[in-house]
Amino acid sequence: MKPMDARSFPITPVAPASARTTKDAAFEYLTTRKDELIGWARKFSLFPYPFVTACCAMEFMAVSASPYDTDRFGAALPRFSPRQADLLMVVGTVTHKQAPILLKVYEQMCEPKWVMAFGVCASSGGFYQNYATLLGIDKIIPVDVYVPGCPPRPETVIDGIMQLQDKIARSRHPVVTERF
Amino acid sequence: MAANDLGTLQRELVPAAGPASVSHGTIVLVLAPGELATTARRLRDEFGFDILLDVTAVDWPNDELRFEVVHHFYSTAHRVRVRLKTRVGAAEPVVDSLGALYGSAAYMERECHDMYGIGFRGNRDLRPILLYEGFEGHPLRKDYPKLREQPLVAYREG
Repeated sequence: MKPMDARSFPITPVAPASARTTKDAAFEYLTTRKDELIGWARKFSLFPYPFVTACCAMEFMAVSASPYDTDRFGAALPRFSPRQADLLMVVGTVTHKQAPILLKVYEQMCEPKWVMAFGVCASSGGFYQNYATLLGIDKIIPVDVYVPGCPPRPETVIDGIMQLQDKIARSRHPVVTERF
Repeated sequence: MAANDLGTLQRELVPAAGPASVSHGTIVLVLAPGELATTARRLRDEFGFDILLDVTAVDWPNDELRFEVVHHFYSTAHRVRVRLKTRVGAAEPVVDSLGALYGSAAYMERECHDMYGIGFRGNRDLRPILLYEGFEGHPLRKDYPKLREQPLVAYREG
């Protein structure tokens, strides 16, 4: 095994599966173990960016405070700069007028990043269907976990965080890719 | 108190403007468009109505004079509210601005212009305040399609 420095990995595309050698299989095995390790680390160090627009904010405060304490899941410290956050929590109704701001915040976040739609308004528009309301933030940005409820109970939010953690643990976490 | 004011207002303020009534403790006057500015000035200067609470409108799509522009005033001295209803037609839905009398009118008239397309003569800044630039139509009019969306961000595929 050569040391895993950047030059070990060719910039050319990966060979098709039929042409792979044992070395590729070993690389694949190591990559999988690496994914598990990085996923384990990342799922317990979520830095949420609270994009709070409406009444769900009260429930967001409740779930962040000590009785429910999202710090137990490593997701306690809100970062008020999207550049330092990796979990975008969209808490409340998003209007068409606000959609460009949400998109800009999402685009300013660095990879890896995840999005939680907190409450029915962020998930689907909720009971709003009119000229003003965006019917679900997934119309403009990808969403990883939907938390229903108007507002969601803290247990629902914690379940959403745990589902997101499972999703992170199961994902691939490419650190070194063919293209870097 | 309210009953006395009702008599006074009806006698002195709107001799030709039609009926005045009391609705839930609020004095309601129905005006013609030309009477709005003079009535509001008299309300402020002679009757002590020092706060303009709200400017809004009602859309009656089947009526000849389609829009009813509604002003609410409050007197902190008398603790009485007054509501002025001004009917205007759809062809030229314009009333006088009260910006010269009440500073707050500028913003509430902008909102009313957003939502109902009412013009306010004398208010030169009727930019959108709650809506956004480029929004077509007036969403609180009855003929605005309920499901019409005017998104600013392109929707994702799928």
